[in-house]
Amino acid sequence: MSEHIVSIKIYLIIALALMVGTAVTVIAGKMDFPGPLNVIIALTIACIKATLVVLYFMHVRYSSKLIWLIFVSALFWMAILFTLTFSDYWTRSWLIK
Amino acid sequence: MAESLAIEHETHHPGLQHHFENMEQQREAGALGMWVFLVTEIMFFGGMFFAYTLYRSKYPLEFASASNHLDLTLGTVNTAVLILSSLTMALAVYSAQVGKRRNQIISLVITMVLGLTFLGIKAVEYYDKYRDHLIPGRLIPGNPFSPAGVHLLEGANPQKVEMFYWIYFAMTGMHAIHMIIGVGVLSVILYYSVRGRYGPEYHNPVEVSGLYWHFVDIIWIFLFPLLYLLGRHFEHS
Repeated sequence: MSEHIVSIKIYLIIALALMVGTAVTVIAGKMDFPGPLNVIIALTIACIKATLVVLYFMHVRYSSKLIWLIFVSALFWMAILFTLTFSDYWTRSWLIK
Repeated sequence: MAESLAIEHETHHPGLQHHFENMEQQREAGALGMWVFLVTEIMFFGGMFFAYTLYRSKYPLEFASASNHLDLTLGTVNTAVLILSSLTMALAVYSAQVGKRRNQIISLVITMVLGLTFLGIKAVEYYDKYRDHLIPGRLIPGNPFSPAGVHLLEGANPQKVEMFYWIYFAMTGMHAIHMIIGVGVLSVILYYSVRGRYGPEYHNPVEVSGLYWHFVDIIWIFLFPLLYLLGRHFEHS
């Protein structure tokens, strides 16, 4: 498996998409959406931007399965960190009743 | 490929460490090692992101009030600066891959300049916080934290505003330290680029430093909306 060289054109498109994403986040952040929609929109855009960086700038799209696995394992452990700790904090008030 | 290399150099490439079979294996192992390190970095920042999430859910109005005091313009400019620096970093790796040494050096220099620009803007922001007595706790002698300068949203408890600034300084400070390390790493890469060490066959160090640089960019991609934008929509209502 030889090295894949990403073209300059793709790098420029990704950088442009990241800039547009930043502009959209700022504009959407100033608008008042109902409920938790503001934070959901902000995080969705951030996740899309991060995915673009990981896939193209960091070449994961063209990398071996092993690197994919390592990256996904990071997300998996993060999910454990958030779900287990929050399951504690969110349920503490249940006992007081 | 392997045969042409053998003819060119008689033995193997001088950049090949003896414990690797060939250049390709060495390159993949290097990238893999960096990715494992980045996983530990994700976990490291993950703890702080968790602290942020927890306290934001506990004190939403206080966090929104404190966040609105941050300079959104400087934050947005800094985001753009970092994205540009990631682009030039990617171009530096590309130039190494195709063997354009001049472009590689130029891209590296621009990346470092953009990185230092980010840190400069961050320093201006930190100075503004110092001036407004928003450095948390009593870290600065004679300038203890005071929430008086923060415009509080209705129902916000001024005593809880400080928590936002603890988290703000911990996260952006840790990010800035990573930027400083990144610029330091790139200065070493630049030194060896000028000496012509990297080319199409051997450029692991450029590639691996690029991975680190992009990772630091990703952290900022999350920090920016979470820290700077979380309360902006309250300003109009």
